[in-house]
Amino acid sequence: MSERIEMSCSHLDVLQEISNIGLGNAATALAELLKKKVDIAVPHASFLEMEQVFPLVGGLEEVVACVNLSFDGDVAGTVMYIFAEKSAYKLVDMLLGQEIGATGELSALGESVIMEIGNILTGSFMNAIGSMTGLTMQTSVPLFAFDMMGAILSASLVASGHWDEQVLLIETIFLQNNDQIKGHFFLLPGTGALDRLFEALGIPA
Amino acid sequence: MQLLPARENQVSQAVLVTEIQVGIAELKVAGHPDRLITFSLGSCVGVSLYDPFTRVGGLIHIMLPDSTQFNNVTKPAKFADLGIPLLFSEIRRYGARSANLQAKLAGGAQMFSGSNDKFELNIGGRNAMMARQTLKKLGIKILAEELGGNRGRTMILDTVSGQVFIRMAGSQLKVI
Repeated sequence: MSERIEMSCSHLDVLQEISNIGLGNAATALAELLKKKVDIAVPHASFLEMEQVFPLVGGLEEVVACVNLSFDGDVAGTVMYIFAEKSAYKLVDMLLGQEIGATGELSALGESVIMEIGNILTGSFMNAIGSMTGLTMQTSVPLFAFDMMGAILSASLVASGHWDEQVLLIETIFLQNNDQIKGHFFLLPGTGALDRLFEALGIPA
Repeated sequence: MQLLPARENQVSQAVLVTEIQVGIAELKVAGHPDRLITFSLGSCVGVSLYDPFTRVGGLIHIMLPDSTQFNNVTKPAKFADLGIPLLFSEIRRYGARSANLQAKLAGGAQMFSGSNDKFELNIGGRNAMMARQTLKKLGIKILAEELGGNRGRTMILDTVSGQVFIRMAGSQLKVI
């Protein structure tokens, strides 16, 4: 837990609950799209310093897929979805109804599948925040990258101007039948965004 | 670093080569025969300085071009305008002579496809431009560049040869 943002357990609980609701909505949206059931579990949410984030996601040179979306309006910030290379391939298989392990490289179709998933997930998350707080936010067109984790994460952080601040990391797991795929969801709140969020939720800072 | 080509003298003289890691927004200086490495430059720019006569080298991992846009600067090595002059004075303290110095640059990519200028603001390009300008002001010659594009790069300076190795995901090692 940080000294700087002074997040109490109850604040984190609220954020995790919002994530649960948001990603639950995403699971429903996915199931409609795929005409079959996909569950999304959110086992863990935490606030982290930048330096702590990198090793959690993987090695600096490890290849990852990343969908990045910024938002502004009543509150501003960036949300990111990151999958390790192998998880990204598995996800493509799961969502295209192929046998897990069939995909071994990222095709244009695979890229658009991951982009679409990222879009649904981040969109559902933002909608959940919006409906729980009554705040209005506009999201940008999602951006995609597939390369070294360190390069992608640092470029995102620099571009969003969040280097010195903390980020909310939400671990997510996609479940279908017996298969599990892990991904990392990030919320990079803009200046004052968290205060405004908690105020709108009626939780004293 | 198994991916690096073996040096001719490495086995015969049994030289112990240390690989020194330069983190994001850090700078480091090392002498022959050590190597300096910085991982995964995206929009960040890596600048190496090398004196071929004293075989002293330095490496910096820059994140942003211009420190004057910020009120509270705690890490000068984060910025091209402050970090490069700092590396310049560090490497001279280590015995390198300014007239001998050769610079090599890598990174400055745009990592996201479909990127609008609004999001990435071409920070990579601005980092590269400010690095070049700052080197010019210091009178340091740029010997090689590996800039731009949309790929992440790991940069390694070999203080024995002055060669810089560039590693990209799924590509052959490149020497500049």
